[in-house]
Amino acid sequence: MAEPQDISAVGFGEDLGQGVALIPAPSGGLHQLVPDAGDVYATSSGWRLAWREYASNKLALIALALLILVVLFCFVGPIFYHSNQTLSNPLDQTQPPSAAHLLGTDENGFDELGRLMLGGQSALEIGAYASLVAIVIGTLYGAIAGLVGGVLDAVLMRFVDVLLSIPFLIVVLVLATKYSGTVLDISLVLGIFSWLVPSRLVRGEVLTLRTRDFVIAAQTMGANRRRVIFRHLIPNAMSVTIVNITFLIADSILALALLGFIGFGLQFPNTSWGDMLGNAQTYVTNGEWWLVYPVGGLLVIVVLCFNIIGDALRDAVDVRLRRR
Amino acid sequence: MSEPLLSVEGLVVDYQLPRGQLRRALDDVSFNVLAGQTVGLVGESGSGKSTIARAIVGLAPITAGTVTLGGGAAAAPRQSVQMVFQDPYSSLDPTKTIGYSVAEPLRVHHGRELGAQEVRARTEQMLESVGIQASAAKLYPAQFSGGQRQRIAIARALIVKPKLVICDEALSALDLSVQAQIINLLVQLRETHGISYLFISHDLSVVEMLCDEVVVLYRGRIAETGPARAVSNRPRHPYTRGLVAAVPEIDPVARAASRATRERLRKPVAPAPPLEDSCQYRHRCVFATEQCEQSRPALRLTDGPTLVACHRYEEVARDLDEKAESEIPAMTPQS
Repeated sequence: MAEPQDISAVGFGEDLGQGVALIPAPSGGLHQLVPDAGDVYATSSGWRLAWREYASNKLALIALALLILVVLFCFVGPIFYHSNQTLSNPLDQTQPPSAAHLLGTDENGFDELGRLMLGGQSALEIGAYASLVAIVIGTLYGAIAGLVGGVLDAVLMRFVDVLLSIPFLIVVLVLATKYSGTVLDISLVLGIFSWLVPSRLVRGEVLTLRTRDFVIAAQTMGANRRRVIFRHLIPNAMSVTIVNITFLIADSILALALLGFIGFGLQFPNTSWGDMLGNAQTYVTNGEWWLVYPVGGLLVIVVLCFNIIGDALRDAVDVRLRRR
Repeated sequence: MSEPLLSVEGLVVDYQLPRGQLRRALDDVSFNVLAGQTVGLVGESGSGKSTIARAIVGLAPITAGTVTLGGGAAAAPRQSVQMVFQDPYSSLDPTKTIGYSVAEPLRVHHGRELGAQEVRARTEQMLESVGIQASAAKLYPAQFSGGQRQRIAIARALIVKPKLVICDEALSALDLSVQAQIINLLVQLRETHGISYLFISHDLSVVEMLCDEVVVLYRGRIAETGPARAVSNRPRHPYTRGLVAAVPEIDPVARAASRATRERLRKPVAPAPPLEDSCQYRHRCVFATEQCEQSRPALRLTDGPTLVACHRYEEVARDLDEKAESEIPAMTPQS
């Protein structure tokens, strides 16, 4: 990039040995005085580069498209496909797929396709809420530990180590039996137990960020810790957290399915894919495939999509890092 | 003379090393910066230049000594002292627009009393005064060149109208022509805003050009200090001699003289001994004697306007001047 310079302002005196020499600054308005910095060339911003890298990954694009389809299916689907999901109908028990029930009915006579949508809603909502809770706690916790450092950091991170050594599903099970029921309850329980890994990641990121000049610059200009954390550390650690969110969602959806499968999930009228799989396991040997394969397949697809997207995001964000 | 803007008195900074050890980064350093003055800090890597800057802004642990701000700067130290960093690629937050970065000190110090409109107006005005179009405020650092970024960093430092700007190797990451632009910019801003600079550099030629006073540091102690021109024209300390002789020369006569001086000062590299009560330069000094081993040289007045911390500066000066003069004609047969 050729940079046009105002040569007149860059004087070279007789003594070339000095490398550069000054000409006395003329008096006058500041605007004429200052040599122009040259043109600013519009280059792609980091996020655009990241998107380009992401889009170059075909598998990731397919995963994203599939995920959007699943989200539409779960949330928009019920508007077009009406089904009764609150009153059981013994007459309709375990019907095979038909025109009235596209994917048949389950043992309570609920329409299976509508139930898939309902279960998907709770899975996606809980995935989103739980990962949000986890990422907020984890980011703040990790950023504070990393920035403050010293004894506080040691104490905070040993606490994380201790929590990580507790088998998380058992605790979640105990808590789920106490509070089970709503989507929010389960989200909170899952979120409160999955912020540990993000907190470690963010702390690691902050440890390198805090020695960067722009963080030191913020401190020298008198910015307080809150400002440093929220304006500089967290936005710069965002690349790490965004990638982690996708994995957290996938993990939460799986954990919810597991809870449902062993019977500690959401309470009626809510349902989750785990509940459906748990109920269906007794029927699978009877040849009632529609109760098992659609929900199992959907679960695998959603989790797989989130994981593929997370992987691709990691690569894409790396491009952004290289760009800096 | 009026009260100094910045007064550093007997500054000692120790860095904590693993296993409870201490590393003395600065040892009894004293100097003043007067209002409107530019003071250069010169020395090699690890000499403590940046530690001084960090101690002044409160980022380094001060073991002993004082850093005093005067001349109205004491009331709002965080606002009166601003800093420009070496690497313009790392001193601006990549996730923030440059408009945000430049305005940040303003928000930190006057966030309450200034409206968004006023902050924006001042930011754009400041950007223009360092030669960046105001319309570029919404762009990100990645979209600028190194020189442009350094201008932006300078704008950020100046927006709160500081009394003292610390430039920590602010030119070293830039290529020569851009360095010249930034030097011009610094000089012009000094004249229009009446600020003082503490200019940290390892490049004596730049310091000589830009600074009124210079402080030469070696291993955390002052080796020599005085008016910049006097120090670089007639250095007394053998270390300063070496530094001056290391400045690239284009004129062949001067180049030969530099080379002769460097040859005269050359000594096999020895590991640095502990500081203790001895001259911190003794292991690299060809003139070192028993005395340099046993006592630490105090800063003392020379025959010129400079202060030097060397037991034997008179003999050193005589020796080097003779050598240099005797060797120049032989090495430049054409003249």
